[in-house]
Amino acid sequence: MASKLLPRASRLLRPISTPQYRSFSAAPQRLSDSLMVHRNKPDNNPTLPFKFTEQNLKVVDEILKRYPPQYKKGAVMPLLDLGQRQHGYTSISVMNEVARMLEMPPMRVYEVATFYTMYNREPVGKYFVQICTTTPCQLGGCGSDAIVKAINEHLGITPGHTTEDGIFTYIEVECLGACVNAPMVQINDDYYEDLTPESIKTLLTALKESATTGAPAPTPGPLSGRSTCENSAGLTNLREVPEWSPELLMRKDGALDGEAKQ
Amino acid sequence: MISRAAAPSTSTLASLSSRSLRAQGAAARSFATVQEAPPVKHYGGLRDQDRIFTNLYGHHSPDLKSSMKYGGDWHRTKDIVLKGDDWLISEIKASGLRGRGGAGFPSGLKYSFMNTKDWDKDPRPRYLVVNADEGEPGTCKDREIMRKDPHKLIEGCLVVGRSMNANAAYIYIRGEFYEEATVLQQAINEAYAAGYIGKNACGTGYDFDVYIHRGMGAYICGEETSLIESIEGKAGKPRLKPPFPAAVGLFGCPSTVTNVETVAVVPTIVRRGASWFSSFGRERNAGTKLFCISGHVNNPATVEEEMSISLRDLIEKHCGGVRGGWDNLLAVIPGGSSTPVIPKSVADNQLMDFDALKDSQSGLGTAAVIVMDKSTDIVRAISRLSTFYKHESCGQCTPCREGSKWTMQMMQRMETGNAREREIDMLQELTKQVEGHTICALGEAFAWPIQGLIRHFRPELEARIRQYEKEIGGAPFAGGWKPSSRAEGKLISPGM
Repeated sequence: MASKLLPRASRLLRPISTPQYRSFSAAPQRLSDSLMVHRNKPDNNPTLPFKFTEQNLKVVDEILKRYPPQYKKGAVMPLLDLGQRQHGYTSISVMNEVARMLEMPPMRVYEVATFYTMYNREPVGKYFVQICTTTPCQLGGCGSDAIVKAINEHLGITPGHTTEDGIFTYIEVECLGACVNAPMVQINDDYYEDLTPESIKTLLTALKESATTGAPAPTPGPLSGRSTCENSAGLTNLREVPEWSPELLMRKDGALDGEAKQ
Repeated sequence: MISRAAAPSTSTLASLSSRSLRAQGAAARSFATVQEAPPVKHYGGLRDQDRIFTNLYGHHSPDLKSSMKYGGDWHRTKDIVLKGDDWLISEIKASGLRGRGGAGFPSGLKYSFMNTKDWDKDPRPRYLVVNADEGEPGTCKDREIMRKDPHKLIEGCLVVGRSMNANAAYIYIRGEFYEEATVLQQAINEAYAAGYIGKNACGTGYDFDVYIHRGMGAYICGEETSLIESIEGKAGKPRLKPPFPAAVGLFGCPSTVTNVETVAVVPTIVRRGASWFSSFGRERNAGTKLFCISGHVNNPATVEEEMSISLRDLIEKHCGGVRGGWDNLLAVIPGGSSTPVIPKSVADNQLMDFDALKDSQSGLGTAAVIVMDKSTDIVRAISRLSTFYKHESCGQCTPCREGSKWTMQMMQRMETGNAREREIDMLQELTKQVEGHTICALGEAFAWPIQGLIRHFRPELEARIRQYEKEIGGAPFAGGWKPSSRAEGKLISPGM
């Protein structure tokens, strides 16, 4: 009995100023799985109006044609995306407008907007830097750890934050599906691949310049000089692609000739 | 210790082997001195003329004209479509094509589920859904198809759609692939303009539409029912099966979800003949396959090769070998993150096909080979995958939602060795209990890599635990509490 009580007694005796083992950050963290609830803010609340532009309304019509008329709500994802592209982020007004257009309960739109990670429900910088740190990127090339470190140093922020000038928002994301070109980063819609700590710094400098002076942004793709997913030491196959010839590459059994002769 | 308890003791092993040797000696004696063994066939070394994706390295632009000139796309598609559904399905069945999205289900059989008895009396529309939500870590093959050979995919949609009498195809592309979606949309527009799809596709009198739906960043939408939910404009949470999508699928209509690569190879199979395709690879693992080799190889690359190629050939021939030579290899994840890891000893003689990898207690998955050399922190690599699955669990089923977070936390402690040895068994047991108890396969997907790690790298985990014990001077309590925690009054229950 005494032995059972002892730990409890020692707990009673511990000093009152117990250290708190909870992480604390001064700035709001912006992870891709950020807060699931909406809090009204001066720049993001339901009273602010949002309307699609004339041009985008035409796109909306195009999108709606892809879904059966009784399943208009299938268009909720493309429409939210369009709204995000127009507004900069998926604010509550964008969601409400999409709900109105598709005649859906707003809650169904909120469900979608919170489930998918590519809807930014908070404003992001002009360049949204998403670095992949999943295992293939962690292993491949120089490894994403080196890239994360380089970005941290260059931008002076850690993942989940925006730079003070509002140009870069920087987060870690899960696999982006360019594992052969690891490590890689997605900046807005573009993939920059085969990174090294030097090339990512050059890239970020160039992007900053393009944001301030309007110079064109660097072309996306591998930054190592290879064109896409081939062996960087030279092609191992498909060194030349001859013109396709039906004599060589069609079946000889004549099975296609059956009913097809018309 | 599950694996050790199951192994027979050495004495029984010895008696077993001596007995079986004697029995063999008696039975195997014959008069012939030369044993006739079937010739050993080596797979691999696919010739360029047998490659389906001739534009894999961006030789020409993905437009219609170049695709027809160099890829032979849309050649006699009219004749193919006019052959009708039965012929097409028998051709796909004869080719031995198995689904390229991971599970390896025979495609011909899958497509035939759509043509049940009296299907034509059903007034509902029918859909083909192409799964281009390529999110499995290590996999980047569908991306190359969509941005370089989009016409193969669109023609495949028409041909496969015809085989299952579908009215339209939805291609679900993951949202991050913006460039790929753009290229594909342009290709679709070209195909519409040329009259290859749309009303009276290719002049066959068959109407067929192709639409793109972009996802918005959810790995789980690669699962077929959750992909359907996502196209319907809901959160991508998998549905219970049955009813299977072939009965009640997209928009409540019969539909079939299939991978990009599976669809894109079908027109070539039909054009060149099922026997051509089935001549590659071992029996029941026919065909060619796109392999994506990433990680610690000298020159990572995506390459189309024959099925059943040996892993070593694949890496050494197309990727310049493992960094530091083959002997520097530690382990390989052979088929995308959800397949269990195999160590070098297994990888030495591994053939890359569905059945051979299944025999090695792993899987071909999407044929995304992740190579790890001796410098790899293997526990961290697998732990990072656990983090991935924790992030991507949709949260619908409790075993996966809670289990993925729990295993992630345990794996993160295993990285430093901050655990007890019995927690390795606990982890194993936990993954076994998640497996099969979730709606979709994400439960298995996060359980298998951990099981593979424990199966092959248990000594590494134990060594870390001992090292950590030495560093902190005593065994940590379960849950990662330091030995001093009790004195500091941090422990909550007496059992800890």
